[in-house]
Amino acid sequence: MDLSYTDEEQAFRAEVRDWLAETLPRDLSEKVRLGKRMSKQDVEHWHRLLNAKGWLAPNWPKKYGGAEWNAVQRQIFEEEACLAHAPRTLPFGLSMLAPVLMAFGSEEQRQRFLPGLLDGTNWWCQGYSEPGAGSDLAAVKTRAVREGDEYVVNGQKTWTTLGQHADWIFCLVRTDPDAKKQEGISFLLIDMTSPGVTVRPIVLIDGEAEVNEVFFDNVRVPAENLVGEENKGWTYAKYLLTHERTNIAGVGFSTAALDTVKHVAQNVKSGGKPLTENPHFAARLAQVEIDLMAMATTNLRVVSAAAKGEAPGAESSMLKVKGTVIRQELTSLLRRAVGPDALPFQPDYLEGGDNAEMMGPEHAATAGPSYFNMRKLSIFGGSNEVQRTIITKAIIGL
Amino acid sequence: MDFNLTEERRMLQDTLSRFLADKYDHDSRRKGIASGRPFDPDIYAGLAELGVLGALFTEDQGGFGGMGFDLSVVFEELGRAGVIEPLLPAVLTGSLIADRTDLVEEVIAGESIVALACTESQARYDLDNVETSVVDGKLNGTKVHVLNGAQASSLVVVARESGKTTDQDGIALFLVPTDAKGVTIVDYTNNDGTSGATVTFVDVALDETNRLPGGYAALEAAVARGVLALSAEALGAMETAKALTIEYLKERKQFGVPIGKFQALQHRMADVLIEVEQARSAVINLAGHLEADRTTRERNVSATKNLIGRVGAQVVEESVQMHGGIGMTDEYALSHFTRRITMIDHWFGDVDHHLARFIALSAA
Ligand SMILES: Cc1cc2nc3c(=O)[nH]c(=O)nc-3n(C[C@H](O)[C@H](O)[C@H](O)COP(=O)(O)OP(=O)(O)OC[C@H]3O[C@@H](n4cnc5c(N)ncnc54)[C@H](O)[C@@H]3O)c2cc1C
Repeated sequence: MDLSYTDEEQAFRAEVRDWLAETLPRDLSEKVRLGKRMSKQDVEHWHRLLNAKGWLAPNWPKKYGGAEWNAVQRQIFEEEACLAHAPRTLPFGLSMLAPVLMAFGSEEQRQRFLPGLLDGTNWWCQGYSEPGAGSDLAAVKTRAVREGDEYVVNGQKTWTTLGQHADWIFCLVRTDPDAKKQEGISFLLIDMTSPGVTVRPIVLIDGEAEVNEVFFDNVRVPAENLVGEENKGWTYAKYLLTHERTNIAGVGFSTAALDTVKHVAQNVKSGGKPLTENPHFAARLAQVEIDLMAMATTNLRVVSAAAKGEAPGAESSMLKVKGTVIRQELTSLLRRAVGPDALPFQPDYLEGGDNAEMMGPEHAATAGPSYFNMRKLSIFGGSNEVQRTIITKAIIGL
Repeated sequence: MDFNLTEERRMLQDTLSRFLADKYDHDSRRKGIASGRPFDPDIYAGLAELGVLGALFTEDQGGFGGMGFDLSVVFEELGRAGVIEPLLPAVLTGSLIADRTDLVEEVIAGESIVALACTESQARYDLDNVETSVVDGKLNGTKVHVLNGAQASSLVVVARESGKTTDQDGIALFLVPTDAKGVTIVDYTNNDGTSGATVTFVDVALDETNRLPGGYAALEAAVARGVLALSAEALGAMETAKALTIEYLKERKQFGVPIGKFQALQHRMADVLIEVEQARSAVINLAGHLEADRTTRERNVSATKNLIGRVGAQVVEESVQMHGGIGMTDEYALSHFTRRITMIDHWFGDVDHHLARFIALSAA
């Protein structure tokens, strides 16, 4: 046992830290630090800066323009990026679609789509879920019928994150309605500007239109946009879920959120003393910090096994459950820390208006909305109930 | 022991619940809030006409209720329907303006709103933390989170005439018209759609006619009534969240079966059902002790508000979770109850505040 990082890993951390200090624009990191909402331009700006350094795609091989980092390096980068309050990158193209294209796409598809992911030409979104297919994803009904060298697509996707900005959507579509449900699904790439595609934003409980419904009405998609083989889409979707769950524990996010809660709690007074001295609040804060310390090590155990090439199984589900429980508890503590100042809804401030004055202490405006919004963590990416089922199936095996 | 409501209260409950079922829905509330309207004046007038405001005042005050169980019956129904109309200010200030019979009459008729201006930015949840001062007949200071401050015709202002910031002695109460010279009101919408305001007083001239009877003790007793109303409202909102979730567990199918068939969800729903009954009992405890001696009353205030905060968070978190994505949307009615139940934890003391206060009151 040796809990320390190797010299190379420490040098890598220092390099990442220095680069972030030099390159990360202050206006972006302030927005992230204060929990404000990112605009499309903000995300694109950050993508450009990372790409110029060759760090936009940590998990891609160098030959496609990636950083080709191992799991430990990726973990170090995530931690440093969170501590520096860097925006998160958009995962849909970079860490969901790209690995599928690399493993199952044609060379032509790789040449066609991968560069646009790096240089910001194409914004991708993920079209898996449907009104009737959430946890039971294999129940997708969106239909794709082959006609000559095209597919004709009809149906509806939902919960499509940031689909309102997207140029492209990768979809699970049903190509064989008669087969067993997992065996009639294909993985199709659809240009969002095609005639017949309609996007309707959905406002969430925190007041932000973060997700969308996407409707397909006789949308004609060139057959060359099919990834891999017809009716094998489920295999590709599952590959993605088991192999590309980077940063599922969100240790970096939680570490940054813990700092924020401490900072707020030190600066508000309860009964004349800093809130950090209130025994009840302090106990909850300490409890979550203790959990986070242990989970950071659980995460590194999994990460270093992965760096040696072992594929995580139930472990990634464990990290998802524990990681999201910790992140949600931190949002609950933040809202408690700001006290009555969590009451006002301050959308102008949240939308990033620099001049929008905020009522209450720092983070007062974001505390309520982020508590509400982060409920999503235990719902998406395989709900925590579904993860628990995976864990017991893998370990108890009944 | 009798846990049944009196005939009058049952009738009040029935009329109110029918009125709200007919006239109040998520869509219109949502549109109203989005348009920036603080509340629906027709609904408010309708509630006044039904006598709902009258039920919050005692007979000596010209009302026909005003006791703990009157407040809890009314507010549970308001919470169930998700009403954001300004009835809480009447509870918070009603006992403090008792000697202003004309004003009370206007409040009961729904013609005037009298808001409570007590919280200050440094005070967090401590009622006795007051810097706003009255010196030589001039009121100065800033109050935050004044519920319906911008819709009120007058404010009950908690101000200090002597002593240090956290002394209970020296706190006095004044009735100040919102259009008085030197009063500035900035209003905003809260996360739960209710309307709040920051109110600043600069050299507002007061004389003895502005003074209301009582000081800190009267304020604490008035806030106890407010905490009961809020707790009952949270209970009603939890009942709705619970009902929506039960309905959804039966109706939503995944893997070919209603999701309510999954034992993982059944057990958690069972815990929600258990805890909502605890919440109901906590509201009954406070309603039944609202007129008791100070220590008994205040122990119940803190016990109830703590329990409501804990159970509220559990109900919200579980209801959203068991709904999946739908539970996250603004368009679905659960969203309002999620926000309202959560924000109730931020009025007059949250879980941690009341836990500490309960311990202190129990040691005394
Ligand atoms: C903010 C947000 C963003 C999202 N972004 C995207 C996106 O970009 N692209 C995309 O394709 N999807 C996206 N999703 C969809 C997400 O993946 C689904 O919400 C998720 O799969 C759950 O499906 P559902 O919402 O239909 O809930 P349901 O599957 O209906 O689940 C309802 C409840 O039942 C439970 N449940 C279901 N099955 C079982 C079982 N077998 N045992 C025990 N409990 C069970 C669930 O855990 C949940 O608590 C997003 C969702 C949210 C909330």
